[in-house]
Amino acid sequence: MAIEVRNVDKQFGDFVALEDVSLTVADGSLTALLGPSGSGKSTLLRIIAGLETPDAGEILIGGNDVTRVPVRDRGVGFVFQHYAPFKHMTVADNIGFGLRVRKRPRASVAARVHELLGLVRLDGLADRYPSQLSGGQLQRMALARALAPEPEVLLLDEPFGALDAQVRGELREWLRRLHDEIHVTTIFVTHDQEEAMDVAEQIVLMNSGRTEQVGTAEDLYERPANEFVMSFIGPVNRLGDTFLRPHDIRILADDDSDSDSEALTERIVHLGFEVRVELKLSDGRQIWAQLTRERAAELELEEGQIVSVRLGAARVFA
Amino acid sequence: MAADLASPTPARSADPSRRAARLGVRMIGLGYLGLLLLLPLVMIFYRTFEHGLGPVWTAVTQPNAVHAFWLSIELVAIVVPLNTVFGIAIAIALERQRFRGRALLAAVLDLPFAISPVVVGLALLLVYGDNGWFGTWLSTHGIAVIFSVPGMVLATAFVSLPFVARETIPVLREIGTSAEQAAATLGANGWQTFWRITLPAIRWAVVYGVVLTTARALGEFGAVSIVSGRIEGATQTLPLYVQDRFENFDTTGTYAAAVVLALLALATLVLMNVLTRRTRRAG
Repeated sequence: MAIEVRNVDKQFGDFVALEDVSLTVADGSLTALLGPSGSGKSTLLRIIAGLETPDAGEILIGGNDVTRVPVRDRGVGFVFQHYAPFKHMTVADNIGFGLRVRKRPRASVAARVHELLGLVRLDGLADRYPSQLSGGQLQRMALARALAPEPEVLLLDEPFGALDAQVRGELREWLRRLHDEIHVTTIFVTHDQEEAMDVAEQIVLMNSGRTEQVGTAEDLYERPANEFVMSFIGPVNRLGDTFLRPHDIRILADDDSDSDSEALTERIVHLGFEVRVELKLSDGRQIWAQLTRERAAELELEEGQIVSVRLGAARVFA
Repeated sequence: MAADLASPTPARSADPSRRAARLGVRMIGLGYLGLLLLLPLVMIFYRTFEHGLGPVWTAVTQPNAVHAFWLSIELVAIVVPLNTVFGIAIAIALERQRFRGRALLAAVLDLPFAISPVVVGLALLLVYGDNGWFGTWLSTHGIAVIFSVPGMVLATAFVSLPFVARETIPVLREIGTSAEQAAATLGANGWQTFWRITLPAIRWAVVYGVVLTTARALGEFGAVSIVSGRIEGATQTLPLYVQDRFENFDTTGTYAAAVVLALLALATLVLMNVLTRRTRRAG
């Protein structure tokens, strides 16, 4: 089901959490709400779920205005940041909860739970309690629980936030594959740009209660709408009003003639495939350049060397 | 997951002065408890059974004693379920809802702790007594509140009201709202969420509140003493009966009834302990 957010405002006391936010999410798509903390992304997700009520504006799911529809009737699956497990229930009972409260027959609940345990690869752990599961397993249990009643929309609040880096990567990959399999319209909240770019088809970049830009990872990186988007997505050098990606700063070989400036190589950091060169321009300003290791080797760079640089693809936002 | 972390045990210190200090603290704690709580209790048991079981049995099977026993049980049976249901409702209202007058309700909830039970009794007398606000209306309709069981129920309920709510509120705060919200997103209505999610999470706090409520209701003296009129064989609860025997210089009767009262309270504690342990093991 497609989701539409129309001119939503939300205030908590004096704090403006959302200001005139509008958004369209296509049926079956995978969207990330990305932004720094306090940008309103979680509030927006909770408003779509019905866990918060907007002060103004409407929420439409599948073309129906659901702004006044209570959470339990919205048909959304929600995965909470810390998974909100029902601690006194087994994994199987957790997953089956949404079916049991709907008074589905016992046998069909058991069948669906079994199917989901397989889908989230928790078979064999059905009789465990949440306290006996690892973070990654809890996460998958929470996902299975949310998916059990076959929601039209799946909402995830910082789904990977509390996991360690390796588990995070695996789950990310797995979530994307799962989405390919079940095609439920999915929105997840994250503050991690890489996570958003890796998993989502569409990214909604939020800041101080507003959407700054909506688009694919490529749109946001290559065609940032403003200064905030440019500096939030990917690394950036700032020279006055000019923004430059570190990989657009070229360090030139001696025989190259069209250089913009000379610079002193202050520090060279080897990060595997990437080599980071901290430069001081002739006018004293400091920037850094990103090179491949081959390029760095070719240039025979050393610290304390004077090099010619070309500042390509600079952007100025009015 | 917090349970998985081993709780840090204080390192055993070989330093003799620190060990002495630790022992000292323990002795002071135990000594205080012993002198204040255990010694008087032990004395009561000792004095009761000084002359063997015979006189004790005779004393506790007096018709008035038996009546007092069953009246106390009756009060507990009415008051404890009432205060449990309302205590949980008050706790949820105070912790999960935002409304005008919330702070006032929270303060009022502690009144029974703050006000002397005698004052509670007098207040009930002023409202429901013959010359009280509802007194005339009640007596013309033939309803007896004061000097009868309904008044005693009111008095006992008043003094034992806060326990369940006060035990439950901090636990409600600690468990947070995310599990309840998750239940709502999964299609549970408020009632289902309460029975399946909230109540299982607060059950130990409620059990503890019930134990305290029971103990308080059993032992209540001041408020009940005033509203009951202390009519022998009619409105005398066990504590009132103990006092009555004491005033009549019936030492055996006094101690025997006191021991019954103490045993009832102990039985409550033991029963709750057993229940808690069994349910905990089950799941």
